[in-house]
Amino acid sequence: MSAVIDDKQSILNDETKKVLIDPLVSNNPITLQVLGICSALAVTSKMSTSLIMALALTLVTAFSSAAISAIRNHIPGSIRIIVQMTIIASLVIVVDQVLKAVAYDVSKQLSVFVGLIITNCIVMGRAEAYAMKNPPLESFIDGIGNGAGYSLILITVAFFRETLGSGKLLGYEVFKLTKDGGWYDPNGLMLLPPSAFFIIGIIIWTVRELRPEQRENQDFKIMSIAHGEEGGHH
Amino acid sequence: MEAYISLFVKAVFIENLALSFFLGMCTFIAVSKKISTAMGLGIAVMIVQAITVPANNFMYHTLLKEDALSWLGIKGVDLSFLALLSCIGMIAALVQILEMVLDKFFPALYFALGIFLPLITVNCAILGGSLFMIERDYNFGESVTYGIGSGLGWALAITVMAGVREKLKYSDIPPALQGLGITFITAGLMSLGFMAFSGIQL
Repeated sequence: MSAVIDDKQSILNDETKKVLIDPLVSNNPITLQVLGICSALAVTSKMSTSLIMALALTLVTAFSSAAISAIRNHIPGSIRIIVQMTIIASLVIVVDQVLKAVAYDVSKQLSVFVGLIITNCIVMGRAEAYAMKNPPLESFIDGIGNGAGYSLILITVAFFRETLGSGKLLGYEVFKLTKDGGWYDPNGLMLLPPSAFFIIGIIIWTVRELRPEQRENQDFKIMSIAHGEEGGHH
Repeated sequence: MEAYISLFVKAVFIENLALSFFLGMCTFIAVSKKISTAMGLGIAVMIVQAITVPANNFMYHTLLKEDALSWLGIKGVDLSFLALLSCIGMIAALVQILEMVLDKFFPALYFALGIFLPLITVNCAILGGSLFMIERDYNFGESVTYGIGSGLGWALAITVMAGVREKLKYSDIPPALQGLGITFITAGLMSLGFMAFSGIQL
């Protein structure tokens, strides 16, 4: 037993911590690597669906990374995409069937988006970029880390959309609505698809305001002729 | 016939894959910097969508659906849980075949679209289209219409997006909002524009 604990402590060294925590803000899959946006936008009008989706994606990423990494030396290079996809698709089928059995309502609300975890770029991206080069345990942790980064954005977006859009959080009342004699007039836009784009845009803006190193290089710069600055042209 | 036209218009505008279901967003954001590339990718998606949705529909109805195997004399078998795996396999295989056919018979088209084809296998708009087809239980005719319509809708959205982004480079955006941030907000505004179609009754 103690050997197991020792093992655990040695696992949680600096490198592992980096793999686990980096994707949360400094290398977030959604805001920086631009991966897996589809579902981040589509399922976030409610907190409950986002939580389930976040959990499902984290599990699939972690286990598929571990499985792919375990057989990475036996996958022929030319068919690796289809092998990765088969592993991911099988895991997604398991998740989908479990959801249908345990939480049928949520699975109906998530509609095709559980199935779309297969083509979610985070899962494929981590398999291709990390799991093909690293041992199973690290890949598993990397999967958890990236899943957590995705979950963080998903939950933040869902938080704003559900509270502002319907005055509720996880179905519990937060702001009392005017139609029930309260003060809050719900913002219907928040329940519509466009609001997800705006919120993610603003999240990216905030993160990059705080962390200037994540800013993108400008393709074009406005020349400041009046001051005659150098390097205004491109 | 009327039902097909209304399904087509619905697939292109009201239920636009990119702007109201957010499918294929990764490529939508990444490949929309130039109109010409965006249009190339859009056409490729449309072609693949028009082929894969009916193909998956055929496969689903003859092999996977509950009691679908009765033409083989096998009854009471429901393989619909395999739909996810089979659909993605079908898409990957068809894209590969399409690539080879284009290479052999239409080299000009291959050079124009070839680089996008591998990208398309992992584009969620393609898999999403097939999964929506299964969820809504379309018949074969409807699936052909839906495939073409949803592909066209996606192509339209990415081309318009690229047009906006080409003009956007002349604007003075706060440094932290440059690139990804402003692209998201632009996509949001476009999606808001497409919401105008949602009131149309067909």
